[in-house]
Amino acid sequence: MRAAIVGIGIHPFGRTPGVSGLQQGAVAARRALADAGVRWQDVQFAYGGSYSAGNADALGNELGLTGIPFINVLNGCATGGSSLVAACQAIASGAADLGLVVGFDKHDRGAFNAHPAEYGLGDWYGEAGFMVTTQFFAMKLRRYMHDHGIHADSLVRIAEKAYANGALNPNAWRRTPIGFEEIQHSTMVNDPLTKYMFCSPAEGGVALVVCREDHAKRYARTPVYVGAAAMRTRCAGAFEVYGTSVSLDDAPNATALASRAAYEMAGLGPADVHVASIQDTESGAELMHMAENGFCEHGAQDDMLARGATRIDGRLPINTDGGCLANGEPIGASGLRQVHEIVLQLRGAAGARQVPRPIMTGYTHVYGAPGVSAVTILQK
Amino acid sequence: MGNVRSRAIDDALFDWPAPDPALKGSRCRRCGAHAFPAMASCRSCGGTEVEAVELPRRGTLWTWTVQRYMPKPPYRSLHTEATFEPFGVGYVELPGTLRIETRLLEHDPARLRIGAPVELAFYTQYVETDGTEVVNYAFRMA
Repeated sequence: MRAAIVGIGIHPFGRTPGVSGLQQGAVAARRALADAGVRWQDVQFAYGGSYSAGNADALGNELGLTGIPFINVLNGCATGGSSLVAACQAIASGAADLGLVVGFDKHDRGAFNAHPAEYGLGDWYGEAGFMVTTQFFAMKLRRYMHDHGIHADSLVRIAEKAYANGALNPNAWRRTPIGFEEIQHSTMVNDPLTKYMFCSPAEGGVALVVCREDHAKRYARTPVYVGAAAMRTRCAGAFEVYGTSVSLDDAPNATALASRAAYEMAGLGPADVHVASIQDTESGAELMHMAENGFCEHGAQDDMLARGATRIDGRLPINTDGGCLANGEPIGASGLRQVHEIVLQLRGAAGARQVPRPIMTGYTHVYGAPGVSAVTILQK
Repeated sequence: MGNVRSRAIDDALFDWPAPDPALKGSRCRRCGAHAFPAMASCRSCGGTEVEAVELPRRGTLWTWTVQRYMPKPPYRSLHTEATFEPFGVGYVELPGTLRIETRLLEHDPARLRIGAPVELAFYTQYVETDGTEVVNYAFRMA
């Protein structure tokens, strides 16, 4: 039994002074319920999470305390993706017919400052200045560019596309296009990545109403079916964030594992995907994740990006809503924002940023510390 | 050093002060996998028989970046936002053992090159209120 997504709701991303993260989650939840035409009292279970804005089950105080099983999920940047995986499994098991998946967050300005102990690391790791995720992505990218001959222009093109797409998205935070040269010459933050190649921690909320596939038409004219939802963690030997050391073996990372599992589950391959949302906390992440999710060979990104293949009008549009770069990253909500966007695209309801040709299959991918990844394959 | 007291940032990483300090890693007796810092069990195979090993003092630069903004706490340093200076961070490949994350005593992109030879070094990360210098490991271009 597959799950279907029959309701979606979003609270705009960015900065909303005076509105708590929890309240942004409640706004998203009410919108998703209204979209599906169901009452909160009809929902049989919920999974949700936030990193900095409190336990998701506190939403009961906003929506009504109905006694349902509400499970809090905390899985780094893959929190939203993990919540959806769990909800789909609850539907697949037959344990419940109708559920809510919700994520929200509200972070302070500036880079994340996680505590080493949360990751089993000593205080020294933070004191020495390693507890900085932007460093990891820059170092992974530096090696990747060296191994696969990637040109720095590709990093600029990805950021340029993100802000261009964000300008078409009323829920995005960054809604002004930024030109190639301005991105290229903005302040260097962690070489080779400049300021406009990074996303920022932000605020926002997203909710989804999910049900068993044979009930989907009761709630939605165009249900979106979850062909696969897979979550994986890191293996020994994979190069992942917050790794004090790594073996010389070069094992596949969490993204590659989750992606492979999702394709197998859906019985599809990368060539069957028509639109994708992949983790782009910085432009290098999107570049590497293009290949790790199977959308091109390692090293083929320069050519693909130079031809505009991942723009909204390209062969495989990626991050049509502007991704993390244009929306910021409220950790609990970010993975569900990707799903929200793919559902809109499959419904044909993405407005000015609608992919201009028929699409049947979408894909989402999140990645987070210390090496967790969740992938979904969504079908009309 | 005279009367200046100093200590390792974490005793698990290396001995300090010591005549010729090396980084303290571990090796699994069952599968041979190395780890740094030393682990009580093996993250590769889950084995619980691990032995302490000294890691090589020389290696090659596997990747690098430059940290150009001051990290938030728990970062501790000799600097304030006003005096912050960019620093190098990288992974160094130690032959036959593993790659470790490290500070680099070089932050000029023109001198940082993947594959370049590097060697173990030490520097003062911060000074405690009683004047004790807190020493961390790093690698420098050899």
